[in-house]
Amino acid sequence: MIKAWRVLTEIGRGAWITARHFFVNMTFHTLRLVGVKTKRRGAVTIQYPEVRKELSPRHRSLHRIRPRADGRPSCVACMLCVAVCPSECIIVEAAEDPDPEIQKRPAKFVVDLNRCCFCGLCVEACPVDAIRMDTGEIRLAATDRSGLEISLDKP
Amino acid sequence: MLADALIILVKVVLTLTWTLLLALFLTWVERKESAVMQDRIGANRASVFGLRLFGLFQPFADAIKMLFKEDFAPTFAQRALHWLAPALSFFFVGVTMIAVPFGDPIRLFGRTIPLQVVDLNAAVLFVLAMLSLGIYGILVGGWASSNRFALIGSLRGAAQLVSYEVALGLSLVGLVMVFPSLSLARIVEFQGGLLFGVLPKWGVFLQPLGFAVFFIAGMAGTKRVPFDMPEGESEIIGFYTEYGGLKFGLFMFTDFLEVIVLSALATTMFFGGWQVPWLGDAGFVFPWGGRAAMAPWAVTVLRVLSFNLKVLFFCWLQILTRWTYPRFRYDQVMDLGWKVLVPLGVVNVLATGLILAAR
Repeated sequence: MIKAWRVLTEIGRGAWITARHFFVNMTFHTLRLVGVKTKRRGAVTIQYPEVRKELSPRHRSLHRIRPRADGRPSCVACMLCVAVCPSECIIVEAAEDPDPEIQKRPAKFVVDLNRCCFCGLCVEACPVDAIRMDTGEIRLAATDRSGLEISLDKP
Repeated sequence: MLADALIILVKVVLTLTWTLLLALFLTWVERKESAVMQDRIGANRASVFGLRLFGLFQPFADAIKMLFKEDFAPTFAQRALHWLAPALSFFFVGVTMIAVPFGDPIRLFGRTIPLQVVDLNAAVLFVLAMLSLGIYGILVGGWASSNRFALIGSLRGAAQLVSYEVALGLSLVGLVMVFPSLSLARIVEFQGGLLFGVLPKWGVFLQPLGFAVFFIAGMAGTKRVPFDMPEGESEIIGFYTEYGGLKFGLFMFTDFLEVIVLSALATTMFFGGWQVPWLGDAGFVFPWGGRAAMAPWAVTVLRVLSFNLKVLFFCWLQILTRWTYPRFRYDQVMDLGWKVLVPLGVVNVLATGLILAAR
């Protein structure tokens, strides 16, 4: 008898919790629908493609090469990122730069996102702070593998 | 004669449309309600020409998707039976609605038209029989799939439904003792009176225990989550494992139809059907002395509305239950059926009989 009573109260509590969530959330949905601005929202959902969640400033997203003032990539093709990359996903071919102060420039700078693990070691290894992972682009998808091999030396 | 046939036809079409549309939108309601309960938003992307309407077109999108899927039956299945099972399941539930009165009889062109497809004089038995026959859909579906898991699932389902039929039948015995009729229309009329001069004489006030047993046993009959032994969509393999496309959709649709049928039956038998509290044929007569006269058409509208609102409330309640409680284990289902609901049903019958005899 006591057990039955406890079971019943637990059943009632469960229904009370879900029903409370339902009615409280419905109240806020209705208020929003009729145009009343409330601080609390009826749902925690972020409507993704239209509304984007703000990424952390430290978030590692798609790579980019920081350009120089004249628009050319600031990479000096030192190959440190290639050396440090644990996934071996960075392919750099060096070429001679006309500017003797710079000496080298990348003729080809490809990041293979099929392999990249977004560890950020290339960013830390870069001596001239050329490669960064701060584009905020997280929609990295392609219909074939070659679509994920991204050339960074051309803007 | 022709007019009678025409009236019946119109009523059949209206009842079927009402039931199927409600079941269709209940899929949407279920998704939305569960979402709101869980602080989510739920399906809201289906749009027609950019018009979203909170995802109200989602059921149509689902239906179209299922229509265009391949009609697949495994090579080892028994094709005819494999085809028949969803139809059986669907038919026996859908046909139950013809016994439910949607409102009081209306007078049109000198005729009295009951808002009920047929006023069966043994409607309670008919309803129970049809709900029992629904088991065949499960059994045939599991058997014809020639899949051991589906077969075991269907046997689980049959065991569960047969067990709860007993409690379902017992819970209605007390009701039939209080309202001495097996016709749903008569039962609803009986519920128009007043209890102690204040309370509406609804079945739930006369038979609270009977209602509890009926509703729990009925929910077990709908095969939805706390009692989803037959299918167990998330973990265990159920009787429609080998089904896909529209045939699978029909099985899913049957579940929603059963929710509606159970809501309609609970409303009709325990919550006064189309009765509005204190509303007579000429308007409201309140027990504390007030009265408000109303036109006959307004009374009819109010009564039909009342029936619909009650049905919607019970649909809501069942969806709330479905998204609140975890699934029973198989032995717990059997325990609840045989050791709790059946004894409670018997106690209810005995108590009702004693009170009726002592009165």
